[in-house]
Amino acid sequence: MRAAALILLAAFAAAGTLAYAQQEDRMRGTVPVADETRPPPLRNPENKDVRRERAYSMQPPTIPHKIDGYQVDLNVNACLGCHSRGRAPVTQAVAVSVSHYMDRDGNFLAEISPRRYFCEQCHVPQDEVKPLVGNRFVDVDEILRGAPGAPAATRK
Amino acid sequence: MGGLVDLAKRYWATIWRPSRHFSLAFLVLGGFIAGVVFWGAFNTALELTNTETFCLSCHEMRDNVYPELQRTIHYSNRSGVRAKCPDCHVPHEWTAKIARKMQASKEVWGKIFGTIDTREKFVDHRLALARNEWDRMKANNSLECRNCHSAESMDITRQSPRAGNMHSAYLFTGERTCIDCHKGIAHRLPDMGAALKSP
Ligand code: HEC
Ligand code: HEC
Ligand code: HEC
Ligand code: HEC
Ligand code: HEC
Repeated sequence: MRAAALILLAAFAAAGTLAYAQQEDRMRGTVPVADETRPPPLRNPENKDVRRERAYSMQPPTIPHKIDGYQVDLNVNACLGCHSRGRAPVTQAVAVSVSHYMDRDGNFLAEISPRRYFCEQCHVPQDEVKPLVGNRFVDVDEILRGAPGAPAATRK
Repeated sequence: MGGLVDLAKRYWATIWRPSRHFSLAFLVLGGFIAGVVFWGAFNTALELTNTETFCLSCHEMRDNVYPELQRTIHYSNRSGVRAKCPDCHVPHEWTAKIARKMQASKEVWGKIFGTIDTREKFVDHRLALARNEWDRMKANNSLECRNCHSAESMDITRQSPRAGNMHSAYLFTGERTCIDCHKGIAHRLPDMGAALKSP
């Protein structure tokens, strides 16, 4: 029994190593793990100021503008300088939604909730690049459209 | 008391008595040359203290503000134009420059050498120092920024819509000036209280 388990384990390990050797790492390319890769230069984020579609209703919207040098720390939150409830009318930015004033128990706070203070945890700028990792996400609208019995062209 | 007044009167008379030994031409020329030399030295000193090297010769600046500037667009950008400390902190016009220098010497001796010799003290004073600059730039309509940038030569069709909208709504109408919206463009901002955090 013990011997059989050991052989099985060895077989798995061998198969794993083989698979690893064959698969080219999307980030590292074929550079061996021990060597340092040369990452591509940073690019400028898209800065067209056109709000993008959300893939699902509770998705944090992606940022349609550059955020270079915007200070978000203990002292200042530059994002709120435009996106807070009070500033939005002047800057014409989208005011942060009510969820940003809620704590985890669903209580509404007077100030931005601490768990929503560091905006870039959830919101990020975008750039036109080839994704490193494939994604098979399907929008719920598409699923509804494709569902059996769904009347044609009900949505969108 | 009367003796003093007498003495003063005597000196006054001596100063204004025509010279016995030097010709008028010599005196005028000499005075002129001395004036030029003094003026030159003065302006040279002014120029010397107007370089970034001078600003950074004191470690408070080199350690606290300079590394922050190095990460901003005013240090390195696609155009290869660098804004140096005096570009933003010393007015170019002569009278304003002198006024600022006098104020700066107070800052230099009083604030820097006396009170701001550690990072902690710098952080403590930072809001006050920043307020000084904001007030000054607000009062002179962001003159230092306008030495390089100007609203007149801005082509807002080439700016991002966000920038263009704000500039045409508030800058071109004269409602606000650069520093109202572009605080912290060259340095990290101090704790500004609730102003830039909440509602
Ligand atoms: C100078 C004002 C300003 C600042 C600062 C700013 N934004 Fe914005 N933001 C806008 C405006 C205006 C829009 C509306 C679309 C546009 O014009 O880009 C916007 C749009 C957005 C959106 C898209 C909202 C949606 O519903 O699609 C997100 C997300 C966002 N900003 C996040 C941020 C974050 C995070 C920061 C800080 C790192 C930030 N913004 C800083 C002005 C600003
Ligand atoms: C924990 C993740 C998280 C953080 C942190 C966060 N957000 Fe969001 N944000 C979301 C999600 C999720 C949504 C979409 C659903 C919603 O409105 O709650 C959203 C929506 C928004 C919107 C669109 C609001 C609307 O009505 O369309 C804006 C603007 C925004 N966030 C800005 C910010 C800013 C500015 C900060 C930093 C102060 C921030 N967010 C921090 C998750 C986050
Ligand atoms: C592009 C313009 C610009 C340049 C270049 C610049 N500053 Fe400033 N500086 C400012 C502004 C504006 C403020 C007001 C505070 C703020 O908005 O960050 C300021 C504030 C300061 C303060 C007050 C404390 C603080 O951080 O707010 C000090 C000290 C200072 N600058 C020193 C320097 C030195 C030294 C250099 C050169 C290494 C320099 N500055 C370069 C614009 C500039
Ligand atoms: C020595 C000249 C000079 C001075 C003085 C100066 N700037 Fe600049 N500024 C520049 C240059 C050069 C750039 C970068 C241009 C480029 O390549 O896009 C720039 C860029 C900017 C940007 C664009 C930032 C971005 O992310 O695109 C802003 C905003 C700005 N300056 C504001 C100011 C303000 C406010 C002041 C006054 C406190 C000021 N500047 C003083 C030369 C200067
Ligand atoms: C009413 C507020 C406001 C005023 C006043 C203002 N700006 Fe701006 N400016 C903005 C906003 C918002 C942006 C875009 C967001 C950003 O760059 O952070 C911007 C962007 C810029 C840019 C970058 C342009 C681009 O396309 O990215 C420069 C350069 C600039 N401003 C310079 C100035 C100068 C110089 C002055 C004074 C003569 C000035 N601004 C006055 C709000 C203002």
